Amino acid sequence: MIKNTAKKIYVTLIFIFLYAPIATLIVLSFNASRTRAKWGGLTLKWYGALFRNDEILKALFNTLFIAFTASIIATIIGTIACISIMNLKKRARTVVIGITNIPMLNADIVTGISFMLLFISMGMRFGMETILLSHITFCIPYVILSVMPRMKQLNPHTYEAALDLGAGPIYGFFKVVFPDILPGVLSGFLMAFTMSLDDFIITHFTKGAGVDTLSTKIYTEVKKGIKPEMYALSTIIFVTVLVLLLLVNKAPSENKKVKKKSF
Amino acid sequence: MNKKKLLGTPYFIWSAIFIIIPLCMVFYYGFTDKSGAFTLENIIAISSPEHAKALYLALGLSLISTLICLLLAYPLAMILCGLNVNQHSFIVLIFILPMWMNFLLRTLAWQTLLEKTGVINNILSFLHLPALTIINTPYAIILGMVYNFLPFMVLPIYNSLVKIDPNVINAARDLGANGLQVFAKITLPLTLPGIISGITMVFIPALTTFVISKLLGGSKILLIGNVVEEEFTQAGNWHLGSGLSIVLMLFIIVNMVISSIFDKDGEGSVL
Repeated sequence: MIKNTAKKIYVTLIFIFLYAPIATLIVLSFNASRTRAKWGGLTLKWYGALFRNDEILKALFNTLFIAFTASIIATIIGTIACISIMNLKKRARTVVIGITNIPMLNADIVTGISFMLLFISMGMRFGMETILLSHITFCIPYVILSVMPRMKQLNPHTYEAALDLGAGPIYGFFKVVFPDILPGVLSGFLMAFTMSLDDFIITHFTKGAGVDTLSTKIYTEVKKGIKPEMYALSTIIFVTVLVLLLLVNKAPSENKKVKKKSF
Repeated sequence: MNKKKLLGTPYFIWSAIFIIIPLCMVFYYGFTDKSGAFTLENIIAISSPEHAKALYLALGLSLISTLICLLLAYPLAMILCGLNVNQHSFIVLIFILPMWMNFLLRTLAWQTLLEKTGVINNILSFLHLPALTIINTPYAIILGMVYNFLPFMVLPIYNSLVKIDPNVINAARDLGANGLQVFAKITLPLTLPGIISGITMVFIPALTTFVISKLLGGSKILLIGNVVEEEFTQAGNWHLGSGLSIVLMLFIIVNMVISSIFDKDGEGSVL
């Protein structure tokens, strides 16, 4: 009994540790005073000001655009690469997976400067394209890592059976293989999207002067003091994601209930 | 069969251009001077007093943070494993959800919490406890590292704990092992791949960070990551910056070799 209580207290303390800053930011978004040092009473004005702040909205748009584009492209390239990696001989597969792991294992700062040097030597103009290229690159490993285990579990004979029964390779893939690896593809996509969204370091080294994501914007604001609208925005994002996740987690159980009723 | 191999070509080309060549560029810049002649100066520069100090400080702080993460994460992973929680919701709660709140803002929030007149000190003074003045000190940087990288330690350990067959533990119990012996002889060795991968996942970002030290350490504490970042964004000496990053990569490679010895099948990976 005592042991169980101790366990619960420990888990609670860790979760307080992980969520205390998030709670702080949410509280700050309702703070009427402009500085985060003192509490000036409850207000909703920053939420209104947020939608009139073009710079923040532009940065939000950039962040979402980059995260969406990069993770979708990374998911496509990564999933296709998985099919081919599965068919490689053991030694070649080890080499390819080793290279794939480099962006994940290497320090972000080294990855960031290596992109910077590459783009400079290619004579590319720093901006949206350079950010996108680097985000796609560091997103692909997360996709491959979550699709690969699913691919390994596949029964290869089902795909061959589909071909024997007259399906074309593409039709066979989408009808037989894809539904089985879909959970892996989706979790890879989610992982890639989250990583791209939360990235600062690599964007910091590959962005151009005119383009800002939320991360780089916050970083430049650190010295002057963060605009309270930023707290409002991150609160909205956080609450939206929380609600979406709750809905997604609830949806399957409701579906089951519906099915049961219909039977 | 051959067609399937060809499918990977776009990715293989992609990884050659965006993974291999950029790394070669870092090595090229690191081993040359401004005129393009071969030199080791950029590497040796790590031994100059200011750079060595930044490296030692970064090594010290990241080792301490890694150890704290391990000590905090192992019991947590064991408890969560015993609770039989839904693995997916646990990963989301500890790992994915916080990331949607920007990492810089979350780290900055610790400033508000730790300040002299901040939330934590208000609570402490209410309880008549001495004030905590760790903001702008190395302690605040350690706290920031532990806060940011703890999930990376919990997940691999948790993943290797769930994989342990309960029958193995039951067998050990039947044969007369007590709780401590079961832990030392069964649980710990079987979770070693998870521990090693957790250490890698925490130690490398902690060693190379420049953001946490900038946000929580004031502007006076320089870690090796700050030195490299400044060489690229302010001083504009890419050769020196690359040379110092090569030194950082040595630590990363040593870490990777160690983890590949312990974790041959990639069992302890995060996902």
